[in-house]
Amino acid sequence: MNLLAVHVPWGLALGIKTLIVLIVVPTGALLLGYVFLLKMMSHMQSRLGPMEAGPHGSLQLVADGLKFLQKEDVILAEADRPVFKLAPAVVVLSTFLIFAVIPVGPGPGGVVANLDVGVFYALAVSSLSVIGVLMAGWASANKYALLGALRAAAQLIAYELPLLLAVVGVVLQAGTMNLQSIVLAQQNGAIFGWDFLGNPYILTQFIGFALFMVAAQAELTQTPFDMPVAESELVAGYMVEYTGFRFLFFFIGEFGTATAFAALAATLFLGGYALPWFHGSAATLLGPFVLIAKMMLVAFFIFWVRFTYPRLREDQLQSLAWKVLIPLALLNIVLTGVFKVIV
Amino acid sequence: MLAEYNAVVPDVAFWIIAVAMGLAAIRVVTTKNIVHAALYLVVVLAGAAALYILLTAEFVGWVQVLVYIGAVVILFLFGIMLTRAPRTDTDLDNNQRWAAAIVALFFMGVLIVLLVDAFGAKHIVLDDNLQASGRLTADFVKHGHNGQVVRPTVGSAIFQQYVLPFEAISMLLLAALVGAVALARRD
Repeated sequence: MNLLAVHVPWGLALGIKTLIVLIVVPTGALLLGYVFLLKMMSHMQSRLGPMEAGPHGSLQLVADGLKFLQKEDVILAEADRPVFKLAPAVVVLSTFLIFAVIPVGPGPGGVVANLDVGVFYALAVSSLSVIGVLMAGWASANKYALLGALRAAAQLIAYELPLLLAVVGVVLQAGTMNLQSIVLAQQNGAIFGWDFLGNPYILTQFIGFALFMVAAQAELTQTPFDMPVAESELVAGYMVEYTGFRFLFFFIGEFGTATAFAALAATLFLGGYALPWFHGSAATLLGPFVLIAKMMLVAFFIFWVRFTYPRLREDQLQSLAWKVLIPLALLNIVLTGVFKVIV
Repeated sequence: MLAEYNAVVPDVAFWIIAVAMGLAAIRVVTTKNIVHAALYLVVVLAGAAALYILLTAEFVGWVQVLVYIGAVVILFLFGIMLTRAPRTDTDLDNNQRWAAAIVALFFMGVLIVLLVDAFGAKHIVLDDNLQASGRLTADFVKHGHNGQVVRPTVGSAIFQQYVLPFEAISMLLLAALVGAVALARRD
């Protein structure tokens, strides 16, 4: 926390950073939910969406949240009570943990935990949410819920490898897994000696970016890969028996993770909080806003695809992942390795 | 003041994690619900990951999370729920308790002897940034300019010095995979 040149003890700094993450996750979920789920989808479908609560309906999700908090917390007699209660917390915990390594500014003050293995950590904790999903689906004592949870786990087998392998290209090119260093490598990089823009990895790792976005779409269970929650088949999948604030947890988990993955994609491929030709303390202060702008751009694509394409079947996702995404990812790694050695 | 914290905090953290792991490990084998057993296993594996991080082997710790919790346990749960997911308690016991106890005690003894022999007198000294400043757990992990562990050396150790054992393990895993498919196919 040397942003304002004040010495802050590490315990206090950690407390402040934890508090910021605790605020960022629900705020990010609200932002994405309002801008994309309520407004963008409505306008794409030539309708207004909710307009009553707040200006242009901007407080609709706050009102929804307050409504959920007042609802009765229904737990079925057949449900496995401890597992049922714990499941939403596991899902949300995984979302919170991802934000710990996403940098919003340079130096140790710009990130909660400046881990050497940053991007690896982010992908490791993001896969924890599937355990929460399996717990929810099994403990609900409902066949739709169990089917949804099984689909979520089956989906993991499809997207986890392409997701990791897509990131390997970036890690190879940057020579580090630390997200701060990856941002700096993009800001100070050059493409075959051309350093006008630095080297945002979307330009050289465009295959990796495309693979990452497809795999993230499956990780986030967004259409066309929303089989675990498919409304027309499984009502709401693994969360069908959840009410009130526990359902709210799943909602925050879904949109909070979308925020996290959009921010991660922005950091890995779009240069993160940094802008080309822009340095100094003004750049440091603008960092979070630059990252939010890039995050919203990535999130726009995620939701654009979600509102455009029909749902695939689970086996179609498997063959897409194993016959197209993984071979492409391996090819990308080989190409990146060759260029890394030659250039 | 920080130095005093640094001496005590890892010990306190170790005992909290160790007790939680021990209790969860006992529940893994005593619970009568197979899904609960798998979930308690998550606690044990997460505790192991936390211990790795406490030993400043950060990379191994997160590999543990990604591979064991994020993949192996999820496949466990997936398999259990796909085949039989009893929501009621079932008797998971068999009559091999004594054999299991002997094998478990034997391996515990082997591990204790090995660990005490290899690392018995070694201490990890943490500096003010809670980074390890002394020699780390394995010889091939080298230090960069500011005392941080240099990760690529782990990679080069695996793919240069230990490349043959690494490839042998890959072949073994491939053979196990093909064998599992051959056993599971009925046609």
